[in-house]
Amino acid sequence: MMRNDVLTGKLDWLTVLIYAVMVILGWLNIYAVGYDEAANPSLFDMGLNSGRQLLFIAASVVIILGILIVDVRFYEATAYLLYGLMLFLMVLVLLVGKEVGGNKAWLGVGSFGVQPSEFAKFATALAVAKFIGSVNFRMNLLKHQVILFVFIGIPMMIILAQKDTGTALVFTSFILVFFREGLSPVIPAAGIAVAIIFILTLLVEEIYLYAGIVAISLLIILFGKKKFKRIMWVTATALLLAGVIQSVDYVITDVLKPHQQNRIRALINPEADPLGYGWNVTQSKIAIGSGGFTGKGFLEGTLTKFDFVPEQSTDFIFCTIGEEHGWLGSLVVVGLFVVLLLRLIYLAERQRNRFARAYGYGVVSIFFFHFAVNIGMTIGLFPVIGIPLPFFSYGGSALWGFTALLFILLKIDAHRGEMLHRL
Amino acid sequence: MTEGRKEVIQILIVFVGVVFLAKLFYIQLVDDRYARMAESNTIVKETEYPFRGLIYDRNGKLLVYNTPEYDLFVVRKEVKNLDTALFCEVFNLSREDFVRLVAEMRKRKEYSPVKPTLFLRQLSNYDFAKIQDHMDEFPGFYIQPRTARAYTTKSLANVLGYVSEISRSQLEKDTTRIYRQGDYIGQSGLEAQYEIYLRGKRGVRYKLRNVDGVDKGSFKDGEYDTLPVPGYDLITTIDLALQEYGEKLMRGKVGSIVAIDPANGEILSMISGPSYDPVLLTGRNFSSNFMLVSSDSAKPLFTRPLMAMYPPGSIFKIVQTLIALQEGVVSYETRFPCDRSVVNCHNHPQPCDLHMAVQYSCNPYFHQVFRRIINQNKSPNTFTDSRIGLENWHNYVSRFGLGQPLGIDLPSEKGGQMPGPPLYNRIYGEGRWKFSTIYSLAIGQGEMLVTPVQMANLAAIMANKGFYYTPHLVKEIRGSEQQPDIQRHETGIEEKYFDFVQDAMSDAIYGTAQRAVIPGIELCGKTGTAQNPHGYDHSVFMAFAPKENPKIAIAVYVENAGWGGRAAASIASLMIEKYLTGEVKRTALEEYVLRGQFLDPVVKATPITD
Repeated sequence: MMRNDVLTGKLDWLTVLIYAVMVILGWLNIYAVGYDEAANPSLFDMGLNSGRQLLFIAASVVIILGILIVDVRFYEATAYLLYGLMLFLMVLVLLVGKEVGGNKAWLGVGSFGVQPSEFAKFATALAVAKFIGSVNFRMNLLKHQVILFVFIGIPMMIILAQKDTGTALVFTSFILVFFREGLSPVIPAAGIAVAIIFILTLLVEEIYLYAGIVAISLLIILFGKKKFKRIMWVTATALLLAGVIQSVDYVITDVLKPHQQNRIRALINPEADPLGYGWNVTQSKIAIGSGGFTGKGFLEGTLTKFDFVPEQSTDFIFCTIGEEHGWLGSLVVVGLFVVLLLRLIYLAERQRNRFARAYGYGVVSIFFFHFAVNIGMTIGLFPVIGIPLPFFSYGGSALWGFTALLFILLKIDAHRGEMLHRL
Repeated sequence: MTEGRKEVIQILIVFVGVVFLAKLFYIQLVDDRYARMAESNTIVKETEYPFRGLIYDRNGKLLVYNTPEYDLFVVRKEVKNLDTALFCEVFNLSREDFVRLVAEMRKRKEYSPVKPTLFLRQLSNYDFAKIQDHMDEFPGFYIQPRTARAYTTKSLANVLGYVSEISRSQLEKDTTRIYRQGDYIGQSGLEAQYEIYLRGKRGVRYKLRNVDGVDKGSFKDGEYDTLPVPGYDLITTIDLALQEYGEKLMRGKVGSIVAIDPANGEILSMISGPSYDPVLLTGRNFSSNFMLVSSDSAKPLFTRPLMAMYPPGSIFKIVQTLIALQEGVVSYETRFPCDRSVVNCHNHPQPCDLHMAVQYSCNPYFHQVFRRIINQNKSPNTFTDSRIGLENWHNYVSRFGLGQPLGIDLPSEKGGQMPGPPLYNRIYGEGRWKFSTIYSLAIGQGEMLVTPVQMANLAAIMANKGFYYTPHLVKEIRGSEQQPDIQRHETGIEEKYFDFVQDAMSDAIYGTAQRAVIPGIELCGKTGTAQNPHGYDHSVFMAFAPKENPKIAIAVYVENAGWGGRAAASIASLMIEKYLTGEVKRTALEEYVLRGQFLDPVVKATPITD
């Protein structure tokens, strides 16, 4: 039974407010995308994305109430069960799912379809949090590290099999949780270093990269503590990075699929083929760039309305905000996300057990990844990876998944006083 | 162990947010490239071409109008199951043409398979009627109308000029930035001279397009749209009937006729022979026809009345007479013998007084007259005296509108040449020439050149007894605030001297140009035969009529037609009859002119004027 105090005092109303503002702004922008002056459609027209999004929002309210009603202990208790259920549904999608836009990620009943991969996010967050929260968990044990990576690896593999690279990459964000819970920074740092080298290889002549690595390695060896072990580490790292450089060409041409290669090329130089693989990035930047300081006004965005930007109401919803509301509108949206994320960190940090804190950071990680990658790609800072902007993008599954993710945290936070102190 | 990690994550989040806002700041506020690209992406400026102004003759008869022509556009993606054989047949193309057009289209920079691209240009009304029935069989092809020039007459081509697509170099020179590639512009004649009045103003419609180029209606409900403003109509001074008659008379001949209303300087007709049919330089076949017309050895594009410069010959004796009288160096009674030792002459009663000298066009007489004009003993040095004399003479002739362009309202008018001291200084050296060096000027030969328009203007001066209005072709720009400003010019010679010369000219008709006599109309005229070192002499005649209250002043110049009293005088006389009476009764003379055989095969061209 839901206790009264959940709704009266303990629920974090600031987060709820931010959530409500984002969902309503998202809805209005979806309406703007589909707006056709000639038809002058209603905000509530069920034939349009905006009308359907309203339906999804209404369903989200039901989901929120459900999450708040359920006993708080349910989430930790059933974490592995939920996780297993989502994995099962995703495998089911692979077998009987329908293909939408090149991705086989939809489980359909009639015309109604859901994407189990959207729900796998909170299920995985719960499972990871439960494992981290277990009594004898030690982050510095290799065995436990491996288990954690298996937890996020399995859904990634299944989603990759669904050909939905973007959603699969979202699961890498859990590394942030592991980091918070004590994983050696070397592992995420190494990952970032490899990514930077990878991108630099595409931008700079290889010979300069080799020269740079050698120079930095020598500097560290010369000015650092001259211990044998340290020198060996530096040398090994340098050789590893050289290997990455070597492999970039191979990865690009042989591992990545052509459309993925193009997305990386588009990031580096969208002007090279503005009508081809650079189209999304170019059009997206044009739409946002034409917004100026205050934007063209609600429903006045000509580029977004006329479908110049593909995936307008889903992955590229930020274009509409940029075009119609300008830099001020962008400031509001980016600000909302930064405030939300900082608030969630605050909530996570005030939890009294590790499960709750790890789950809180799981929520932060997933939202942060979506926020960074989605807006990053629309403004040309990131390769085009098809993932939605939480609460803004059109789509039922995504909205429900994010809503569940957020409100499970709020529910847990509301009951933090009843939790066993177990940090 | 995990201390400070919360802060690391917080910093990371804030950092990403700041980077985003900075990048957004750059693309939204600093770099205006995106805003400009956005505009060209969605808002399509559609041009609505204005109607070019119409051109009328002096009696309100339409000369030039606009006719629709059609450009064929294709949207490559919408073309389905094209029956190429039928297409080629309907559009009158060969297979090779078709293949070439497709290749040309694809090469164009703006080519896009989803947007309309120009495929065939300037289909005529006639083509359009034929094609219209078949258009539904060619999905993806669209027809876009625009206008071309059309003419009610085959005459007047040189005066009207032509219109064609603006050239690259013209586009580069256009500092007003009014023109765009593909625009039409007047290239010669009135079309070029009055371009700014005729062209009108383009209308613009801003239309919204979605990513596939599909029309999404007007931008902001047409708030920024403008309607095209048609160009102003021109009312010319041309009498079309007279013009057509003149062109008929000039058929097969090389030369010019210019007729002016002396009372106001209005050009009644301006014939350049040979000419061309103006319709040749419109429409789809412009380029091939232009090649044809411009490479024609008879130079039909050369507007002879304005651009051909000839020695005036004997008609210039009238000017000499007037200058001499005004200077007081001769009187009506001055007599000179017909001394042929320096210049040749022909048989006529002698010795002449001034009247007879004009009437019979006595060369030795005018040799003496010119000597008196040039050498007035103003300096003991004969060289200096000649220079002073010539300078004075040059001032006179300039006031007759000679030696410089008259300022007629057509492009590329030539000024002719009236030699003054600077020219002879250049040729012979300063102080090294005198009267005996330049005496050919006395009878309108030598270094002296005039255009047919200047000769006609001379006739108008005679008719007006001492003044002229700048000859012009447009009397009204209908609807415009700016109207032609016609100046009156004075020669500074007393009217009484003109009375005297008019009498002599009237008698001259009976002396040297009996063919020109029109029963019932008193005509004043003067013949000339200009020496031509390259072949037969040129036939020259200028006249005005009637003597009292003149209505028409005319000059006729027929190249290689021999003696002025024949070809030129006949043509001028017929033109005057046509204009004053409305019809030509002297059919025998008309036939004689139309036959066009003025040269007597037995008698060689006389080396010197009559």
